[in-house]
Amino acid sequence: MSDAPDLSPEAKKKRGQRNLAIALGLIGFIAVVYLVTILKIAGNIGGAS
Amino acid sequence: MVNRANSETSAVDEKTSFAGPKDYFALLKPRVMSLVIFTALVGMVAAIADGASVHPGLAAASLLAIAVGAGASGALNMWWDADIDAVMARTIGRPIPQGLVPKSEAAGFGMLLSALSVALLALASNYVAAGLLAFTIFFYVVIYSMWLKRSTPQNIVIGGAAGALPPVVAWAAASGTAPLDAWILFLIIFLWTPPHFWALALYREGDYARAGVPMMPNIAGEASTKKQIFGYAVILVIAGIAPYATGLGGTAYLAISSAFGAGFLMLAWRVLKSAPRSKEAPKQLFAFSILYLFALFAALLAEDLYAIYV
Repeated sequence: MSDAPDLSPEAKKKRGQRNLAIALGLIGFIAVVYLVTILKIAGNIGGAS
Repeated sequence: MVNRANSETSAVDEKTSFAGPKDYFALLKPRVMSLVIFTALVGMVAAIADGASVHPGLAAASLLAIAVGAGASGALNMWWDADIDAVMARTIGRPIPQGLVPKSEAAGFGMLLSALSVALLALASNYVAAGLLAFTIFFYVVIYSMWLKRSTPQNIVIGGAAGALPPVVAWAAASGTAPLDAWILFLIIFLWTPPHFWALALYREGDYARAGVPMMPNIAGEASTKKQIFGYAVILVIAGIAPYATGLGGTAYLAISSAFGAGFLMLAWRVLKSAPRSKEAPKQLFAFSILYLFALFAALLAEDLYAIYV
């Protein structure tokens, strides 16, 4: 469960960047799905009234 | 053997561990993605100018989904073609041949993004558009990359359908339908693809032959390829006028399409008449073909935006 002992500082830095990119990608996807859902619901409410 | 295997694994791991986010982004073929975004945007705005109503936020999300779907196709293409990418000068710098991203990760990355892009488009627009996007990815990866690319010199002719579909997908995302005008946009890109890629293949012939990819110049020969380029150029320029005939494009579009069409024909003629093994004329046609497609779609976009906002 600990860090691989043979990773160089550069490799650790790249791993951190990859982890950050995955986190930002996930947050971005969740935000887009949330906003799209809200817009669709708002559109349906508008259409129904 | 075990030691050798271990040392190979650790060597790959060592190099793989240096892959950054930009290497994964490169798997998405960003330059192809930018062309897809642009042509899809034109298809979407044309649909809106035609009377479709779509919330700007949902339109943006749909374009994002189409772009990610195109990128996913690129990643899956790089996964499948890693062996030939490694022997072509044009593609040897890609992340898989460089040993930065393992093939299995590119495959997983591409499949994940394919699923997410289709799901997002279904959520943001409709099932027609999502189905068309799924078909586009399937066509590019399975029909073009896996089947046609290594088996026939007609590979990019038929495979070009995948690159031509984004404006139809975007039109469907905005309106739920794919009318004739959307398919005219498809036809322009579809007919543009052969002269564009064969011009590239003429000055990169050695690359494709070395990789064993049956491109037209190394199967039918240079002279036949040049004739076919000119033939497609004639049909393309006629198709380029079609939007004016159906009302999709106005007089400004007609003027731009005619002027750039004349330039395209002139350069295709120069390719036809160029000396054997000459690289200059195909290079010029290749560069101009990108400008031609951009000019036609930009003219349509400008006219539609004018019609919507002015």
